[in-house]
Amino acid sequence: MQEGSDAILDIRNVTKDFPGTRALDDVSMEVREGEIHGLCGENGAGKSTLMKILSGTHPHGTYEGQVFFGGEPARFAGIRDSEARGIRIIHQELALVKQMTVAENIFLGAEPAKCGIVDQMRLYSDTRELLSRSGLNVPGAALVGTLGVGQQQMVEIAKALRGHVRLLILDEPTSALNDSEVESLMHTLRELRNAGVTCIYISHKLRELFDIADRITVLRDGRCIGTKPTADVTEDEIIAMMVGRAPTGRFPPKTRTAGNVMFSVRDWTVRNPENKDLCAVRNVSFDVSAGEILGISGLMGSGRTELLQSLFGEYGFQPSGEIEIDGKKCKIGSSRDAIALGMGLVTEDRKNTGLILMHSVTHNMTLPSLPNLSNGPVIDTSSELASTSELVKELNIKAPSVESRVETLSGGNQQKVSIAKWLMTSPRILMLDEPTRGIDVGTKYQVYELMDRLAASGMAIIMASSDLPEILGMSDRILVMHEGTMAGIVESEEANPERIMSLAAMGA
Amino acid sequence: MGRAQLADVSLVEQARGRRLKYNLRAYTMVFALLAIWLALAVATQGTFLEPRNLSNLFRQTAINGYLAIGMVFVITAGHIDLSVGAVAGLTGAIAAMLQVQWLPALGAQLGVAWLQPGWPSTIISIVVAMIVGVAIGIWQGVWVAYGQVPAFIVTLGGLLIFRGSILGITKGINIGPMNPTFQGFGQAYLSSAAGIALAVAAVALIILYTVVSRRNKLKYDFPVRPLWAEAVLTTLYSGLAVGFVIIMHRYRGVPVPVVLLIVIATLFSFIFSRTQLGRYTCAIGGNLEAARLSGLNVRRVMVQIFALMGILGAMAGIVLTARLNAATANAGNQFEMNAIASCVIGGTSLQGGAGSIPGALLGALVMASIDNGLSMLNVQAFWQQIIKGLILMVAVLMDVKSR
Repeated sequence: MQEGSDAILDIRNVTKDFPGTRALDDVSMEVREGEIHGLCGENGAGKSTLMKILSGTHPHGTYEGQVFFGGEPARFAGIRDSEARGIRIIHQELALVKQMTVAENIFLGAEPAKCGIVDQMRLYSDTRELLSRSGLNVPGAALVGTLGVGQQQMVEIAKALRGHVRLLILDEPTSALNDSEVESLMHTLRELRNAGVTCIYISHKLRELFDIADRITVLRDGRCIGTKPTADVTEDEIIAMMVGRAPTGRFPPKTRTAGNVMFSVRDWTVRNPENKDLCAVRNVSFDVSAGEILGISGLMGSGRTELLQSLFGEYGFQPSGEIEIDGKKCKIGSSRDAIALGMGLVTEDRKNTGLILMHSVTHNMTLPSLPNLSNGPVIDTSSELASTSELVKELNIKAPSVESRVETLSGGNQQKVSIAKWLMTSPRILMLDEPTRGIDVGTKYQVYELMDRLAASGMAIIMASSDLPEILGMSDRILVMHEGTMAGIVESEEANPERIMSLAAMGA
Repeated sequence: MGRAQLADVSLVEQARGRRLKYNLRAYTMVFALLAIWLALAVATQGTFLEPRNLSNLFRQTAINGYLAIGMVFVITAGHIDLSVGAVAGLTGAIAAMLQVQWLPALGAQLGVAWLQPGWPSTIISIVVAMIVGVAIGIWQGVWVAYGQVPAFIVTLGGLLIFRGSILGITKGINIGPMNPTFQGFGQAYLSSAAGIALAVAAVALIILYTVVSRRNKLKYDFPVRPLWAEAVLTTLYSGLAVGFVIIMHRYRGVPVPVVLLIVIATLFSFIFSRTQLGRYTCAIGGNLEAARLSGLNVRRVMVQIFALMGILGAMAGIVLTARLNAATANAGNQFEMNAIASCVIGGTSLQGGAGSIPGALLGALVMASIDNGLSMLNVQAFWQQIIKGLILMVAVLMDVKSR
């Protein structure tokens, strides 16, 4: 560390390649000692890759460029190295043992002990000291499972502060917190700053960043776009830095025209089943017409997936509000009801909630429609094969045979199978959650063409996506979500990246 | 275009390699069984492979076989059933009590003679035992599916409850003898005529199955084996069926419990591979969340699976009691372990999602062969348990390593 002696962290020209993609491209940034440094960017901008380099998860030698920490080159071989130097990361998902007490969690793996016998007195007194030093208001003897999510977040912070800490990295720390919990987190972070702890705060909620960060760095497509002092920049400028490019020619021409309203939702509110005080979706109302594609945009954790899953009868605690199909009120208590009403849901995570990887293409595709392919309880395997083969041909699914296990197919073909699975039920309303996540460009185009074709044939399509160009390129109207609420509905003619991003990041 | 074709060719080849690997696993089982038989035949100087012993061997396999078939469903759905031995014991005890005490007493009270030992009493006791089996299955299924209590706990509790009930019903003494007609289910053999009929039916089914599945494959342009291969395989399977019946008849004929096993295995294989219930069983075990989001009534399917297990538990109880000609307090002890081991040896994954009924039967045959062969060699009983335990672990090790 030659110049800029107040920099605790100096990242120089870091490039990180994964097979097929460049996650970080010549990124340079610097974090000053004692500041709270905001880091933001869209999904896939490279934030988590950069943090994994800092933590040693991607060890030294797997990337190009240099990282200096505290003035010395940081060549971390693993997480232990970075922790020894005083770097701690708190991930978005909490990693606590709920059945153990706060103190036991904080000192897990580093219990004060003699000959393997834990010194309970020291454990709890050290915890008390640590908690008061960091201004955390949680009892050391409480079971973590009995605490609220906000307090659990505090326990994570206390755990991270154990020992010698110079740099604390928080990755989307507020995604599961309510307003007052966010407030007390902010308070704690300011206290820590006063105590001399440097902090990198990763978030795409701009209000929080502007509230707490001293400086903000924006990443986009693996590049560092710039670092600005929070006082010298506006939210709109940050949004422009995050969005940058305009979508071009990646989408098929539109052949569909919207007809009558087919699906309406009024005042839809869903509580988070994990934390019943929290609304995952609040007062959302919208209509979708036959032949229309409604895009649902929003940042991570804004409630897109929860909205779709709850409309499908499979998420949330006591959803309230009204659903109408063709003007008739419907009650959807489970996916069975939804399917019977002509709905289909292509889930965002095809590996965990969409497909049964070890089963064949046929068995996956016909799972929801077996009753229609059976005589009584016995499956008519001939008609099952016939309808499967037909869809495989129609969607151009590349598989050695319809009896191949889906785990042997490429991501794009797996995605086509999970869409085909719902097409087989002949739905009238098709909901797609992240329809093109993790698939190649060519297949993406085919999926877009298919969506247009389905809408043109009179289907109502709802597409949730975190990919802004996709939302802008495919939607007829765009519903923007912000922290579970509806920030607005934008017509496609009036939509542009800045408009959508500012609604998504700041609400209505 | 050329490149796309190239890619497809490599995909097909990958799939072929994978299928070969899968088949190898199945063949390994068959070869392992044949190797065990050969070793035991050599060690017993051929006595092991004599018709009399083979007849015994298959009879010993039958009861474990019924339980293993049900267990394939339960394990494939991602659960476990520790109570099947106790269910077999309890249903057997109920059938015995009905014949020996309850029905005669009721008959005396009502002043009717037909409730004394005879066909009516046999049929009533079988039907009641089956109903109790189904009821137990539904009860446990409801606890698992709607109560969300892990099946391990529900069926461990069931094991204690049903064992206790057996003691309560039988007062700890042996209940017997059974009606002669009832004994037949455990002890009788098919007559020559019936044996020939069985062989003919089996061959007819094999040929019918081959023809129908070939016709369907052709209809949808799926690859089929060359005709000569089809003919060779059909002849081979038919030959095995006929050979089996002939060997059995060189002793006393096909044992009735084995006939029941063949019928049940055929029926349940069909349910497993060709009905919605079977497909849903695999789906639930393969990916519960995906199954639920596909609109499956996951809970109802779970109850149905446990109900099937209950029926098969009752079958095992009936045949066991008939064979022993008495119900005892210990009947069915540790049968659950043999059933689970048979499934696992036969390639049913404890993670759920995939199972095989023929595999489980092979596994049951392996276990029975070890018991039978080592007894013939006068190896002490403790060795049998140790060897079976090791075989179970080695089978799973091979399975894990070949993935």
